[in-house]
Amino acid sequence: MTDQPAPAGPDTAEQAVVRFMRGVRLQHDRVRDQWVIQAPERAFVPDPVATEILRLVDGQRPVSAIIDDLAARFDAPRPVIARDVLALIAELTGRQVLTT
Amino acid sequence: MNAMPPAAPPPMSLLAELTHRCPLQCPYCSNPLALDGRESELSTAEWLRVLDQAAELGVLQVHFSGGEPMARPDLPDLVRFAAGRGLYTNLITSGVLLTEANFRALADAGLDHVQLSFQDVDAAPAEKIGGMTGAQVKKLAAARIVVADGMPLTLNFVIHRGNVARIPRMLDLARDLGARRVEIAHTQYYGWGLVNRAALMPTRAQLDEATRAVEDARARLGPALAIDYVTPDYYADQPKPCMGGWGRRFVNVSPAGRVLPCHAAETIKSVAIPDIRTASLGEIWADAPLFRLFRGTDWMPEPCRGCALREKDWGGCRCQALALLGDAAATDPVCARSPAHARITEILDSLPDAPPPLVYRRFGNAPA
Ligand code: SF4
Ligand code: SF4
Repeated sequence: MTDQPAPAGPDTAEQAVVRFMRGVRLQHDRVRDQWVIQAPERAFVPDPVATEILRLVDGQRPVSAIIDDLAARFDAPRPVIARDVLALIAELTGRQVLTT
Repeated sequence: MNAMPPAAPPPMSLLAELTHRCPLQCPYCSNPLALDGRESELSTAEWLRVLDQAAELGVLQVHFSGGEPMARPDLPDLVRFAAGRGLYTNLITSGVLLTEANFRALADAGLDHVQLSFQDVDAAPAEKIGGMTGAQVKKLAAARIVVADGMPLTLNFVIHRGNVARIPRMLDLARDLGARRVEIAHTQYYGWGLVNRAALMPTRAQLDEATRAVEDARARLGPALAIDYVTPDYYADQPKPCMGGWGRRFVNVSPAGRVLPCHAAETIKSVAIPDIRTASLGEIWADAPLFRLFRGTDWMPEPCRGCALREKDWGGCRCQALALLGDAAATDPVCARSPAHARITEILDSLPDAPPPLVYRRFGNAPA
């Protein structure tokens, strides 16, 4: 064991647990048969890839588990999926949808 | 030819105006001049039916508004029902009736978000506009209660010539209170705002300063505080897409159960105003003459009809065309392409240097 700081970068980012901010949620819109992000004063439709990712955001599992789940179900290399997931999380954190 | 217009896609938002009663008397209030009295208000059971029909129809968000919606003791019941039907619930309040206890009841009922209005950043001018002594300290307390709970809070400041200089401090206040969003919304000149236009309309120089203040704050405060900025469209060349298009996204139910495409639509007298007591929200949305009147682009006169922007701004605001030109079906005169655009220039040129006295929003106080 050493006191070395945890390596920065994707690995730490993958250990994080993300959740929706209070007052924001992903919801299935039955009438229009689509998923929507409901947030203060706005509702918007995530694209299909974002929807798959966001459906796994439960405030419990770390980002790495979300990536593993998608990698098992979709035909793409894990690093590619990891990049998409981390990019989406960064974007939606900036837009006050997700938080860690 | 008598072809049916294409079926209307369902509305996204319901503005539920629960009551016109309010402890404040803001002279820019968007409520109509003829305020509904308590005796005409929909009952709890009637509102529950409206909410049920809204969810069924495809509404995603319900905005509980007024007047002051917290004047209705059944508010937590309405919120609980709406939340149970999957609706995103937003409370639009002045905050003066909000306490730890009644906020707790709303949070437990599943309220998602609070939009809290402030008249100004300092108590004296705020309370002069709101017409209620002691309101500011109550609003500050309300903001702290919401933020302490963790529920997202939006502060709303309505801007006019009397408070436009204090926008930087309004934005600082929003940040200091821990609001997630803030709206810097210039007065919209309908209803009481129109009555008080000469007292409220900023000058072009004031507007430019306001816009700069918002841009500075965006750079200074970063993404942690989302700033929504609404300008007075009299100074624009193109009108706003009022309500995202007539009968396209929004439906408004008044305290007495009138169903409207926007909150000023009761001024349109050419067709009957639909009543939620005699028809369902879905029937009204699809078929009521008031909703079909200006839906889409078929109704448009020139220059809108041939304009490339007609599905961007939908020809602007119908109520503004009616109020300023006497014709709800005219191109919004705010548009620089409107043959009547000179009317706007005339109004701006004739603003008095000294503001006339305010006409407060009160039952029975509307000019004849
Ligand atoms: S604008 Fe003022 S008077 Fe009108 S409902 Fe809101 S707080 Fe009350
Ligand atoms: S002419 Fe009509 S559609 Fe075109 S910009 Fe003006 S108001 Fe909008």
